[in-house]
Amino acid sequence: MSQQFYVSPEQIMKDRADFARKGIARGRSVVVVSFAGGIALVAENPSPTLHKIGEIYDRIGFAAVGKYNEFESLRQAGVRYADVRGYSYDRADVTARGLASVYAQSLGTVFTAEQKPFEVELAVAEVGPTQAMDHIFRLTFDGSIADEQGFLAMGGQAGLVQQRLADVWGGGADLALTLSWAVAALRAPREAAAGPGQPEPLDAASLEVAVLERDVREVRGTQRAFRRLPEADVAHILTSSGKA
Amino acid sequence: MDFHQRGAIPSLEAAGASSSFLDFVTQSNPALLPFGRSLPAGQLPPTPHGTTIVALTFAGGVLMAGDRRATMGTMIANRHIEKVFPADRYSVLGIAGTAGIAIDIVRLFQVELEHYEKIEGTLLSLEGKANRLGAMIRANLPMALQGLSVVPLFAGVETDGSVGRLFSYDVTGGRYEELEHHSVGSGSVFARGALKKLWRPDMDQAGAVEVAVEALVDASDDDSATGGPDLVRKLWPIVYVVTDDGATRVPAETLASVVHGIVDRRTAEGREA
Repeated sequence: MSQQFYVSPEQIMKDRADFARKGIARGRSVVVVSFAGGIALVAENPSPTLHKIGEIYDRIGFAAVGKYNEFESLRQAGVRYADVRGYSYDRADVTARGLASVYAQSLGTVFTAEQKPFEVELAVAEVGPTQAMDHIFRLTFDGSIADEQGFLAMGGQAGLVQQRLADVWGGGADLALTLSWAVAALRAPREAAAGPGQPEPLDAASLEVAVLERDVREVRGTQRAFRRLPEADVAHILTSSGKA
Repeated sequence: MDFHQRGAIPSLEAAGASSSFLDFVTQSNPALLPFGRSLPAGQLPPTPHGTTIVALTFAGGVLMAGDRRATMGTMIANRHIEKVFPADRYSVLGIAGTAGIAIDIVRLFQVELEHYEKIEGTLLSLEGKANRLGAMIRANLPMALQGLSVVPLFAGVETDGSVGRLFSYDVTGGRYEELEHHSVGSGSVFARGALKKLWRPDMDQAGAVEVAVEALVDASDDDSATGGPDLVRKLWPIVYVVTDDGATRVPAETLASVVHGIVDRRTAEGREA
């Protein structure tokens, strides 16, 4: 029998946190931005099928960075939670706050109890009747939860992206302006990496964009606010706003 | 390794069931389901029953309509009830039978389809939807044996298609594709007779709405459990149309003018219908 060395709880938690952070920082970034017409979820994602952004419920969307298998299982669990809740109570009783706190508990449990923590960071967004009533929650790998005002960025070099958004973001913007902010922010890590040279371009083909529409009931006659924007629409919007 | 001995990979085993809301709830919380409980022996008090649903195909899609009456024995339990529902974007279902269970089955079926779409990122095929509904009706068989049967009618188009298809069911969950038109419920015998005479190939949408409403008028004429259009309360049948644009409800104004057209014509003819 080999002797178990003593490792302090602080060290264990720090090692786990460092491990998770490293995994998340390797990925590309995702931003969630509130605007006049709803909430835009924009991810840098070259794959058209392996989504980082998903629909949870009527007015609730999901975005994630990190390991695909881990956040995909969390997304599916979130859809199940929301559907069971909406079926047993009412559709109006499914809220982002409820979902976010369930996510926080699961992430916290996995962080302390499992062999390895989840290498993911999640955003749960709920579009409200007005921009002031939008909710955007950030959930990190250790189960901590933060209520973000207006926008959030996560993933590789999230600080840089978040700062770029903070510089420009304001209430009441339209979709085209919001997308141009989002793309400019997502481009920030590339510009930093390229230095004085030409950064790699970031075009519609490598973007995954979805919107939670604020007035979906009036405009489309449905209660499901989540809508993916096809690549052609994204390209069109970016070209017309002169940022492509 | 534990799972090698059992010959299965746990995550794959779990994923096999995870796209279905019905399977998930059956495992995790079966008390939420409308069916699946064994009733003790005893006399069941009268419960509201939904009555007649008609559905027919037309050029570009399919249409379903239902009257507004629920009966409880010889009593009219409800004259505003809605028995035709959109199941998802490209399909609708109507229900006849025990209203309490039927409406919950509709809700369950709507969540089932939406759940699959969100988990898988794609819509079920029309056949797949029809099979899931059959599984739910089969699960209700023990209740049907106690007199609480539910008989749905399902109609839709394949995603982005425009060929309407109809499916009828029996209480054992048996699924049968119907051609041209079909009807279920207590007034279905009379509605089907009317449909046989009124339905024409390649009808347009407006013509199909007229035929469906007239079939319901005929059903209400001979079946006391089917409610006719109520000109005093301005209650019209519920009519949904499914085309490649999706399922839409026919607005009340359209139905009002169709009903008035039929009533005026029959009044002018002054015949025994």
